[in-house]
Formats: sequence, structure tokens, C-alpha cells
Amino acid sequence: MSRLKPREEYEKTRAFRFFRWLSGSKDPYLGEVEMKPQEEWKEEESVHLDHIHDHQALRSRIYDTEHNKKILFFYKLYKLAAVLFCVGLAALLLYTVSYLPKTGAADRPANNEVPARYIEKGLQETGAVNIVTGMILDYRAFDTFGESNVLFVATVTVLILLHAKKNGKGEEEQENDRIFEPKNDAILQAGATILVPVIMLFGVYIVLNGHLSPGGGFSGGAVIGAGLILYLNAFGFKKTEKLFTEKVYKWVSFSALTTYCLAKSYSFFTGANHLESHIPLGTPGHILSSGLILLLNICVGMVVACTMYTFYVMFRKGDF
Amino acid sequence: MGANLLVNYGEAVAMLLFVIGFTNLLLQKNLIKKIIGLNIMDSAVYLFLAEKGYIEGRTVPIVVNGVQDVEAYINPIPSGLVLTGIVVSVSVTALMLSLTIRLYRRYHTLDLDEISTRLKKEGL
Repeated sequence: MSRLKPREEYEKTRAFRFFRWLSGSKDPYLGEVEMKPQEEWKEEESVHLDHIHDHQALRSRIYDTEHNKKILFFYKLYKLAAVLFCVGLAALLLYTVSYLPKTGAADRPANNEVPARYIEKGLQETGAVNIVTGMILDYRAFDTFGESNVLFVATVTVLILLHAKKNGKGEEEQENDRIFEPKNDAILQAGATILVPVIMLFGVYIVLNGHLSPGGGFSGGAVIGAGLILYLNAFGFKKTEKLFTEKVYKWVSFSALTTYCLAKSYSFFTGANHLESHIPLGTPGHILSSGLILLLNICVGMVVACTMYTFYVMFRKGDF
Repeated sequence: MGANLLVNYGEAVAMLLFVIGFTNLLLQKNLIKKIIGLNIMDSAVYLFLAEKGYIEGRTVPIVVNGVQDVEAYINPIPSGLVLTGIVVSVSVTALMLSLTIRLYRRYHTLDLDEISTRLKKEGL
């Protein structure tokens, strides 16, 4: 907050508006666009009875296949047509497969100069021992960036769809559902005490060794997310809330995606303009090697771990 | 009929899995079972891609002892494509399940016929 200018003058500056936009303290549409509040969806008693009546009518008249000959005929025709179509599709696909080149043959058209280039020059150009990692995080890094963003967008959408309102009426139903879940289960807690550190360490190992061995950000992140979910199931939300809240999710995802974007933009900028990149490739096989790939793997791993955990939390409780 | 159907048995299994998933989509009324069918179709595509990349007698594309010969490793590209597919299928599955939850909360049923009848009655 600037002290050099008085408050009113500061509020007119561009910087103030930028920081206000960044922190999201002002809704850009509120007061600017004409809007009316969304009505709470309510089901009146008569409408509810109507629905029950509908349901029964549906069961008794339309789904009553013994008396409604038309619907019975339609169902049978639909099933027959569906099965015939699927059998036809299977026959067509199998017929196509029989003309495909032999599995395992080296001269298939898929084995052209592109994979040959990745195998022959990959180690020198990317520094990664694992050719697949070198491919997806160096040659095709924008593709992987898009994938991370797909995960992020999916999480945001799930958050919008399933985020439970505090003190809403949906809360009570969910509370009732959760009564039957195990709480403070001794066997689960003892198992989780042994397993969670091992799972977490293994996930970190997979992420950090992505360029040296099978693995990488996606699989390692999924393992870390699974460890978090096990911890949550054993010890409940009170313990995980200390570690992982909505704010943590927001900042971890945001910073990981931004780091990925900036790091890769740098290398694409230098590469496209024939500038020298100052990132050393290191000795292949060492953990600190292969340029940006280690950093990108960590970013992807963080995004995936947060996504998995958030999916689980949203589907189970609707709130962190 | 071509001559390679028995040699390409992996790809044939992938195709059959794909059709099983598609049949699920057509014949099931329950939304969750439809999502399971779509996931079976996803798995079929991964199997097909993995079969595409396989070359007999070669190892995984991780450079060992500095051997950088094309003859030594399988095709790395389908592996990357499978990775992309898995990520997208996870996202799409989560999206579909959350939409299903919203539908269930409003209509208290997972039967697609019933939901669409209700929707027509509401004039949507």
C-alpha cells in the first residue's frame, strides 16, 4: 500500500486496480452489469407430489411392458438394433485389424524417422536418460503443459459443481451419508501410520527420478495424491486441514503452472531465436541433469497430486 | 479377410474391448454404468496404442550403457500418447461424475429415461 499518495488518489492508479484484480477483492461484474439474483431451487410440496405421481405413472403405464405393447416392441427393437450395430462394428474393426501390419514388426509405418530421431539424438538434446520423459517434457512440452491445464480446468469445474455451501440444505444430507463411514478405525490408523510415509517417499522418488527411470510427474503425483487420500481416510479432515486447504490448493496449482509456463517459454524463446540457452544439461544419469526436465516434472507432480486429492475431497464432502 | 488377425491378437482384443464399452453406452440406462462403459473404451484405446508401439525383441526406451541405436528400443511415441490419454480420461471422468451427482441431487434418480421424461415435462 502506497504511503506517498493519499488514499483516494491511489485508488485511481493502475497499480491499485491491478492488485485489486489479482487479489480478487472486487467482482468485476458487480455493479457494472445488470443482474438479478439466482433463485434458490426449491421444490414445493405439490410439485413433489406431482413428481411422485409422475414416477408412479411412468412405472405403471410406460414401463409396464406387459400391457404396453408399443413400448415393449420399441425396447426389443432398440436392444436388437443396438446389439446388431455393435456386432457389425466389432466385425468391421476386426476385419480392419486383420489388414494391419504385424504386431512387433520393426518395419511398421509408425516406426518412421520421428521416433528414430528421438532415440538417436534424445540423450544429447534433452539430457534425459528416459527417452519418453525427454520427449514429453522437452520436444513436446507444450502438449504436457496443455495436459496440466486440462487437469486444472477439470478441478475448477468440479469445484464449481460440487462445492457445498456453508449452512446450506445440501449439507444435512451429506452429513447423514457420512455417519456410516468409519471414524478412528484402529486398524486403518495403524496401517496408515506405516504406509503413508512410505507411499509419500515413493511418490517423491518417482517424481524426482522421472528423467532417469520409468515414472515422472503424472505417475508420481498420482501416488502422492493416493497417500494423501489414505491419510485423510485414516485420520479425518481435522488433521489434513492443517496441511491442505483450498488456499494451499490454489497457490500450489497456480505457482506450479506459472513456473512451468515461464520455464518452457524461456527455452522456446531461446530455441526459436537461435540464442544460447544458459541451462546446462549436466551429466546424463545424474539426478541434477537434463536441464529443465526435473523442474517441469516437479511442477506436473504437484499439480497432479493436488488434483487427485481435490477430486476426492470434493466427491466425499464438497468442502476442504 | 487379411492374414494378420491371429498375429495382431492384442489389437483384436483392444477392438473387442472398445465394442464392449460402446455396447455398454447403448444398452445401460444407469448413468454411472454409462461412465464405466466410456472408461472401458478409454482402456481399449490405450491397449491399442501400446500394441502399436511394441517391437519384438526390443526393450523400453530408457538409455542403458549409452546404447543409442534405433534397433535397441521400442517406439517411444505411443507411450507419450497413452499418458496424454490417461490424463484427459481422468479429467473427463471426474467431470462426468460430478455432473451425475448434480443430476442425482435434483432428480433423485440415475435412470436417464426418467430424467429426460422429467426434463421434458419441465419444458427444458
